[in-house]
Amino acid sequence: MNLLLHQLAYEQRTFWRSREAAVFIFIFPLLLYALLGSLYSGEIDGDPAVDILLAGLFGYGAANTAFAGLAIILVGRRELGILKRVRSTPLPSGTYLAAVLLSTLVVFALQSIALLALGGLAFGASMPENEAGFAGAVVLGCLCFAGIGVGAAALIRSAEGVSAVVNVAVLPMAFLSGSFGPTADYPDFLQAIADVLPLTYFLDVVEGVYLEGDSLFADPTALAVVGAWGAAGLAVALRRFSWMPRER
Amino acid sequence: MSSAIVVHELTKSYDGVEALRGVSFEVGEGEVFGLLGPNGAGKTTTVEILEGYRRRDGGEVSVLGHDPADPPRALRERIGVVLQQSEFHPLLTVREVHRMFAGYYAQPRDVDEVVALVGLDEKRDARVKTLSGGQKRRLDLGVALVGDPDLVFLDEPTTGFDPVARRAAWEMIRALRALGKTILLTTHYLDEAHRLADRVAVIREGRIVAIGTPAELIGEARATEIHYRRDGEPIVIETEEPTRVLHELTGSALAAGEELVELEVRRPTLEDVYLDLVDSEESAEP
Repeated sequence: MNLLLHQLAYEQRTFWRSREAAVFIFIFPLLLYALLGSLYSGEIDGDPAVDILLAGLFGYGAANTAFAGLAIILVGRRELGILKRVRSTPLPSGTYLAAVLLSTLVVFALQSIALLALGGLAFGASMPENEAGFAGAVVLGCLCFAGIGVGAAALIRSAEGVSAVVNVAVLPMAFLSGSFGPTADYPDFLQAIADVLPLTYFLDVVEGVYLEGDSLFADPTALAVVGAWGAAGLAVALRRFSWMPRER
Repeated sequence: MSSAIVVHELTKSYDGVEALRGVSFEVGEGEVFGLLGPNGAGKTTTVEILEGYRRRDGGEVSVLGHDPADPPRALRERIGVVLQQSEFHPLLTVREVHRMFAGYYAQPRDVDEVVALVGLDEKRDARVKTLSGGQKRRLDLGVALVGDPDLVFLDEPTTGFDPVARRAAWEMIRALRALGKTILLTTHYLDEAHRLADRVAVIREGRIVAIGTPAELIGEARATEIHYRRDGEPIVIETEEPTRVLHELTGSALAAGEELVELEVRRPTLEDVYLDLVDSEESAEP
């Protein structure tokens, strides 16, 4: 436990010290919300647009922080030999990964609070109907996309390419799943793609707890899809993840 | 002397290519052991198996009484590793990196003491990204020492150093030896192995081709050489009896009133021995 907190402290220190990470991971979703919140007014499907967008960017934030962020951190450290170096110390690898995951969760939780504060203060957005459910959605989203993130880290071979690869995955996914606005007018084939993406289902769960006051477990199908994506990522990671850098 | 490391008939292949073909050696406690060989000979593969990074295909290996393929935490508490290539988080300071790693060990050394030992005192609050290559290698060594290990692996610790930095590193390694640490050092610098190692194994194409103290390797391998020039032509006499031969040579030169130009008596260096070993092996290949 002490070891976990020790490592978590250093994870947090390295995260916030990196301006790139702090801006791209933490600020970017807030910036997009500020932008889109100013553009859309009125209602989307019967709910205030600023609320739907808040839920949407919360989902984008989960994917961006846990999937993109974690993959970038892990691939970068692996290729620099940082993971290899840690591996020869008494620090258990499970504890190390748990600290990295927990650090990601801390960042995403702070981002969620900042998003709610921005929405409430700037646009008069609603606060969560089911607060505990919303907190649960923070953890659920973080775990699901962290699973995908470690799976992606296992498959991505180069530290130079990792940022590009994960953004090519995350940004279109967020667009198709409705993070940046309504998707009702999208052509059928785009909606068909959206129907298999984890973020689509995660946003269903988020909108339920946030706007309807539903339980986190109200939609078992959505939960199952979200969980399956996370588990699939984790399964890939367990089979393919390496602590060693690519041979040079 | 009990053994810190025992390696017996170690084999390892990568995709059907044999990297190690039955390597055996022992390293005693408190000994500095040099593993010497050209690039691709199998030095790093051997060391990375001992460090627990790679799995062996065959043979027996024991590191401080444990099998490194399935290392208990107790083993990792007692080893320090300097990899050939590794980095630390660029945004942490020298001291923070040491502190972070110190936290992983049950009984770490004092962080400031270690920072001073590796000569990074002035840089202790500098971020890793601002360090020079040599300073990064010293950081590497400091981090390897912060857990107060009994056994230290140094994989080519001075590659890329300038001569001054290399001397400083040698002093540090000697200081470690004086503390009673066991050190397994790989290098392709002959003078480094000669100066630092109590014993040396020469590895080539996955096999140990010679093993012993530097003096033994030199003594076994070659006769003394006497060099001089006659009429501008270089003359080399190899002899097992340098005293008698030199006496006769200088005696006859004196009698004839001649000068032996550029007269030199040379003991073979480890480098000569090494090159002999590598060359003879090469010509023995089909």
